[in-house]
Amino acid sequence: MFEEFFPIFVLIGISVFLAFVLMLISWLLGPSRPNAPKLRPYESGMDPIGDAKERYSISFYMVAMEFIVFDLEIVFIYPWAVRYQELGFGTFWAVMVFLTILTLGLFYTLKKESKNFSISKAKQV
Amino acid sequence: MEILNDLLNYLPAAIVAVGGLVVMMMDGYKAKSRLIYQTTMFFLAGALVIATYDLLYQEVGTLFSDMAASGSTAAFGTFIVVFGTFFTVILTHDYLIGVKHNYPQVYPLLMFCTVGMIVLATANDLVTVFIGLETMSISLYALAGIIRDKQLGVESALKYFILGAFSTGFFLYGIALLYGATGSTNLSEIGAYTDGSMIYWGGVSMLLVAFFFKISAVPFHMWTPDVYTGSPTTITAYMSTASKTAAIVALVLILERALPYAADQITSTMAIIAIMTMVLGNTVAMVQDNVKRMLAYSSIAHVGYLLVGLAAGTDLGFTAVLYYLLAYSLMNIGAFGVVAYYEKNHDVHFNNIESYAGLGYKQPLMGILLSVFLLSLAGIPPLAGFIGKYLVFAAAVEAGLINLVIIGVLASAASAYFYLRVMVYLYFKESKEPVKLMKPLRVYSFSLVVLAVLTLYFGILPAGITELIASYFSGNGLAIVP
Amino acid sequence: METFFFVFISTLAIGTALAMVISKNTVNSALFMVLHMLSVAGFYTLLNAQFLAVIQILVYAGAIMVLFLFVIMLLNLDEDEKVVSKIDFKQLISFTLALVVLAQLLYITGNYAGVLPELTGEPIAAVGTVEAIGDELFTTFLLPFEVTAILLTAAVVGAMLLAQKTSNVIDE
Repeated sequence: MFEEFFPIFVLIGISVFLAFVLMLISWLLGPSRPNAPKLRPYESGMDPIGDAKERYSISFYMVAMEFIVFDLEIVFIYPWAVRYQELGFGTFWAVMVFLTILTLGLFYTLKKESKNFSISKAKQV
Repeated sequence: MEILNDLLNYLPAAIVAVGGLVVMMMDGYKAKSRLIYQTTMFFLAGALVIATYDLLYQEVGTLFSDMAASGSTAAFGTFIVVFGTFFTVILTHDYLIGVKHNYPQVYPLLMFCTVGMIVLATANDLVTVFIGLETMSISLYALAGIIRDKQLGVESALKYFILGAFSTGFFLYGIALLYGATGSTNLSEIGAYTDGSMIYWGGVSMLLVAFFFKISAVPFHMWTPDVYTGSPTTITAYMSTASKTAAIVALVLILERALPYAADQITSTMAIIAIMTMVLGNTVAMVQDNVKRMLAYSSIAHVGYLLVGLAAGTDLGFTAVLYYLLAYSLMNIGAFGVVAYYEKNHDVHFNNIESYAGLGYKQPLMGILLSVFLLSLAGIPPLAGFIGKYLVFAAAVEAGLINLVIIGVLASAASAYFYLRVMVYLYFKESKEPVKLMKPLRVYSFSLVVLAVLTLYFGILPAGITELIASYFSGNGLAIVP
Repeated sequence: METFFFVFISTLAIGTALAMVISKNTVNSALFMVLHMLSVAGFYTLLNAQFLAVIQILVYAGAIMVLFLFVIMLLNLDEDEKVVSKIDFKQLISFTLALVVLAQLLYITGNYAGVLPELTGEPIAAVGTVEAIGDELFTTFLLPFEVTAILLTAAVVGAMLLAQKTSNVIDE
């Protein structure tokens, strides 16, 4: 089992290694001349007011929730894409029915979203 | 083509699903609420016609490579579900307008919920059972919370969702363990397994726990009173009839096909749970002053009677259970329908028994209808509820569960108290403050009258339907033989 | 090798689950949960169920966690945990390293005591792969597959129903 996944482990290893090495290199080689304006959160702009953690509007949550639904859709299409050649054309229609239903759901969402939440309303929380 | 043939046998679910999508898109494109309602009714009427045809003529078999069953119990479950939904939608439309919460999304959700119930009632594979159960539950969670500007509504939706999700976890665990023990999710293949290991028993018990939760049997009933009280009344009717019917039909199918090996243990489990459910449901219902809450406890008690039939585990028991489901759906939708009518004339919490004082004379028809449904729920002779109880208890006597039947009959006799109490308030108490009742819509009272007439009809002439049901179990040789 | 991997992932899973419960900062909890989900994905890989492993990362560690973080931000619980979040990064690394060491210790002691289970990836090779699931899902399990679409659509409509403004009621 380990042998099969060896390339993946190598990939994970290299990416972790790279992340550390790049940070280390820039820390070692980069010139460091700090001054007051540079250390401010926004180098050129207003002083930040208030907390960075602000309450979100519920409408963003709706988007997140719909993201999950359509994320799950991908889960179901993924094995189909892998096995399309072997499964043949019969399953094509099965998946098309599935997709049609969910696409209708997507259109419905878009219609409703535009009616219920506009961005200007969302900003007011 | 085989797939087309399967689809033809699965037409009620397909029609309802397509109808749900159509209605959903109509809502998206801002159609009038009334038009949406009419379209919903159109599709449901079509499905009801086909379901009736299937009930009478569909052949017994399996569809979609053993995923679903057709004919016999499956067709019967489909029929009750579609029938219940049909009347629920009529009542819901009027009720939600009355209480000013007529969201157009309710109709697609009801349709999708019905699809889930049909899939559940016809399932022949644990995967299908699960998907059906989830489709039904997810829609019901949302429907329970329609009245969200009232605390009770929010409470009901949240409680239902959290506890329901928890019970779904049990169900999944059960499936996983059963799959681990038997190597299949197909009901018949699980039924072929005859080697009781710990994994097998663990799976069976988890599966039963999840089902007991969904049909709200004691001790898994805690959510029921709160959810039933807080939900819109007609949705409560829907939850307590159609969803329970679907779950119990699925349970019958599972007990009959998948778990004949565990029949003895299941009989004793069911008997204990049935005793607890009947006793608790009936005693707690006695002290309720809120009519809706009283009906919630009464629905728990009725699950107890149904479990008596399942405990018997014989052909006779299953026949009795299916008949009882039909009778229970008729009278419970009716009773909640009248309660909803009283409610929509006032506010959502017009449920206290005190406020029912003298209402029987205000709109005589509604008073009589409520009386008929309550008498049937109490099991008074010429009505369907009596025949249901009789069949269930007779089956249990046949199976030798005498003690269970004695407790059941006593509990049932006690139940007459709280049903008749409502009628006493309706007819023999003076109302303190004047109450105005609007005349109900013609279609509203007509559909309630239809339900009442059917309750009476199946009470006087039950032979036709019981013979039909009995033929499901004698013919196919899959029944449990103790 | 599999046995070591198993012990390692188990320790990671239990450790991160504990850390998730103990951690005071809700955002930290959520991030520990991501780590926990990833280690569970490791189990799936170990069981030769690569499809499930991918789904675990894609859906749970991805989408579901987004929802968790959204809820945390919606509720906006803050104050009084700022001290913890400042030394967060170092803590995380030290915690993970400690877990690795603990896993190795457990492995060695377990090996010495001879209580480790024998693990091989062979017997269930054909069940959990993407190919096996794809072959079954669109043929045998066609009905549940299509009903899933209805289920997801019902979820969308239900979310819409509960989240919309009350003023959208249509009276007639």
